[in-house]
Amino acid sequence: MENFVQLIKTLDRTTSYNQKVGAIINYFDRTHEEEAICALYILIGKNFGRPIKPSLLREWAAACAQLPSWLFESSYHTVGDLAETIALLLSKEKLGKIDSLQYYIQKLQSLRKSTDEEKKIFVLSVWAELDRWHCFVFNKLITGGFRIGVSEKLIAKALAKKYNLSEAIVLHRLMGSWQLVNQTVTSLLLDDAFAIDGSRPFPFCLAHGFNEADCNHLNLGQWHVSYKWDGIRCQIVKRNDELFLWSRGEELINNQFPDLCKELNGLPNGLVVDAELLVYKNNQVGTFNDLQRRLGRKKPSAKLLNELPIKLFCFDLLEYEGRDIRDFQLKERILILKNLVDHLQNSKLVLPPELMPETWDEAALMKNMARTVNAEGLMIKNLAGKYESGRKKGNWYKWKLDPFTVDAVLIYAQSGHGRRANLFTDYTFAVWHQQQLVPVAKAYSGLTDKEILEVDAFVKKNTLERFGPVRSVSASLVFEIAFEGIQLSTRHKSGVAMRFPRILRWRKDKLPEQADHLDYLKSLIHIT
Amino acid sequence: MELLRFTPKGIYCEQGDFYIDPWRPVDKAIITHAHSDHARGGMKNYLTHPITAQVMKHRINNQLQIQSVVYNEKVFMNGVEVSLHPAGHIAGSAQVRVAYGGRVEVASGDYKLEYDGVSAAFEPVKCHKFITESTFGLPIYNWASQSDAMSEIVEWYQKNNAEGITSVLVAYSLGKSQRLLYNLKNKVAPIYCHTTICGINQCLENFGFSFGDYKPLTPATKVIDLKGALIIAPSSFLASSQYDQLSSVSTAVVSGWMSIRGAKRRLNAEIGFAISDHADWKSLMSAIAATEAAEIVVTHGYTFELSKYLKESGKMAIAAQTFFDGEKLEE
Repeated sequence: MENFVQLIKTLDRTTSYNQKVGAIINYFDRTHEEEAICALYILIGKNFGRPIKPSLLREWAAACAQLPSWLFESSYHTVGDLAETIALLLSKEKLGKIDSLQYYIQKLQSLRKSTDEEKKIFVLSVWAELDRWHCFVFNKLITGGFRIGVSEKLIAKALAKKYNLSEAIVLHRLMGSWQLVNQTVTSLLLDDAFAIDGSRPFPFCLAHGFNEADCNHLNLGQWHVSYKWDGIRCQIVKRNDELFLWSRGEELINNQFPDLCKELNGLPNGLVVDAELLVYKNNQVGTFNDLQRRLGRKKPSAKLLNELPIKLFCFDLLEYEGRDIRDFQLKERILILKNLVDHLQNSKLVLPPELMPETWDEAALMKNMARTVNAEGLMIKNLAGKYESGRKKGNWYKWKLDPFTVDAVLIYAQSGHGRRANLFTDYTFAVWHQQQLVPVAKAYSGLTDKEILEVDAFVKKNTLERFGPVRSVSASLVFEIAFEGIQLSTRHKSGVAMRFPRILRWRKDKLPEQADHLDYLKSLIHIT
Repeated sequence: MELLRFTPKGIYCEQGDFYIDPWRPVDKAIITHAHSDHARGGMKNYLTHPITAQVMKHRINNQLQIQSVVYNEKVFMNGVEVSLHPAGHIAGSAQVRVAYGGRVEVASGDYKLEYDGVSAAFEPVKCHKFITESTFGLPIYNWASQSDAMSEIVEWYQKNNAEGITSVLVAYSLGKSQRLLYNLKNKVAPIYCHTTICGINQCLENFGFSFGDYKPLTPATKVIDLKGALIIAPSSFLASSQYDQLSSVSTAVVSGWMSIRGAKRRLNAEIGFAISDHADWKSLMSAIAATEAAEIVVTHGYTFELSKYLKESGKMAIAAQTFFDGEKLEE
């Protein structure tokens, strides 16, 4: 475990990309295969599915540190990270007996079905031996989410260098649902990936934001324009008579869409399609809210399946007849895709319309009308471009609709996590309803660091009441909140729920009395 | 009978008619130490330790009317006995002991218990009421010993030095910088000090302090001379063109806040050394216990948490209602 802890420490102490790459190569060079594969699994953000509930860890840690639970919670909210809080409270000055990283992982997995008491005995016995960094890393094996400032891309770069492979190949081989059993970093990267694991999706091609100003540089004739749909981006992988639906977050979503999978079983082998999963009924794309009703349900009822049928809007083809065609130009890939979908006559596969604006002004008009078909803007893709791994400049662009906005008053604040620990950065905003302020949105992002400090000072000086980590503040600051959509909700006191609210800017020019009213928000519902 | 209470102008002693570390203009001010959130200009008369007096004249105004008293020297103000006692925070820092009619109250100012080599060692003072700071008043704050912390810095410097990298330590110019200089002077060379720090050093050197062979960092200092050297500077240095010109540099922030990863990232520090001139949780507990005070008033920092914890431990404790601007973020 020593090497891995050292690596985490080193990564924590630098923001330099090259130094991080160097540290990772160095780590894999000097670490035994058995540990290295575990480290890789952790570094690319895979987790072990929380073998122990965080609430138990908090309870045990507070008891060990002989602290009342409220003080433990205050400490946790200041630190912003449970694994780190426990390490700060419990770790020893000198490191005692330690085991290997793979031992801890296996032991935690084997405890999954044990009683809480057995789990506690093990965890406490480990805590008693570890210094601060070891304790932090051990706790992270339980809580997940290392957030150590390395992206999958950065790791791929390091491994590509070490194994003399291209980054795209490494990225591809890191994807999917590979497990630790009988696996080494070398076998994962160098063995023929397809022969071993036919489920593996390709790294998704991602888009850059598009600016009005970009129009001038681009010759519209060389670009493919289509709607940017507001569903779930996924890859349909069919190999060796098995079907896999992968979301962009690399999660298998077959189980959530049994109706879809049943219909797709007949697809030919050696096929990977990039598509948007949407609710589609009576030739109309549903809203994201419709789709949300289908998500998180492992076994949707027949009524729901009928009410909210799912289709796949297919927009790219990555593998065809067992051949990786990502290096083909987009216009070629689309042509094969069209022929294929026409030929298959599958009720679940839809070819989304290609938009043919003649001028950029017309394209802008189409973008602004996108909401009428429940799209969130336009996709603009280079017809000559290949299917890239990740985000590459000049290949794919997304041109999104302007969001809705509302002026709302800050009424509650809570301290943030991670980078924003010990600062009040998580806010609740309210609008007026019958002379009262009713909360309508929670937002975290959107302020500059300087503004965050300013709001933080305001909160500390204007606290009315404390509810644990939350403070209510006097109603005086007004913010413009942007959001993507709004719907009626029975779960929220205000009766409305916003989608993806975030702070657009601080309206220092406005008094709280000038904030918007709930009726205005409700009037937006029929538009979305 | 109460001797010290919080008012909109600061901590006030009615019987003696003076304030401690006031934040608004008053006639008589007793100053615990020379940091700017405790020592402000605009008071008619000051009373403080000679070192603090010297630094205040240097930083604020040479014309300040200051009466100097050494540690443990008794002075009387309107019949109230006042004395200063070492707080261990920075050179010249003091706790203020106030005694009248058989009652004793102490305002701690900022303090730490570990002897740092520069500040006079903290001296516990028995009292009926103790006003304590709580900048790091949560159990997550536990400092490593000074020798361990300094070894870590030396190790970092040596690695940089071997590769020709300039090491920059970002530290508060009064207190932390002198503590670093004093403890690194025989282990690291050359050390360059930012001019602000040199000014403070000179004030202290008048009192016999010695900080070794450091060199002043001036606009004329050549980049080539800084190769492999150590620079001690306040955070403003990071925004200077001289800093930008350093070709190969490793920058570390020295502050108690560096013990939390989130706080470290928020301050954009790559490397942090958690060395603080404030008491950590355990030190707060032992300092409070050592006063044997029946009544504890908690100010400056985690006032709510520390006072609640003390109350639950059976002490009479309250969080001071301060009128100071929010909770401070910097040491």
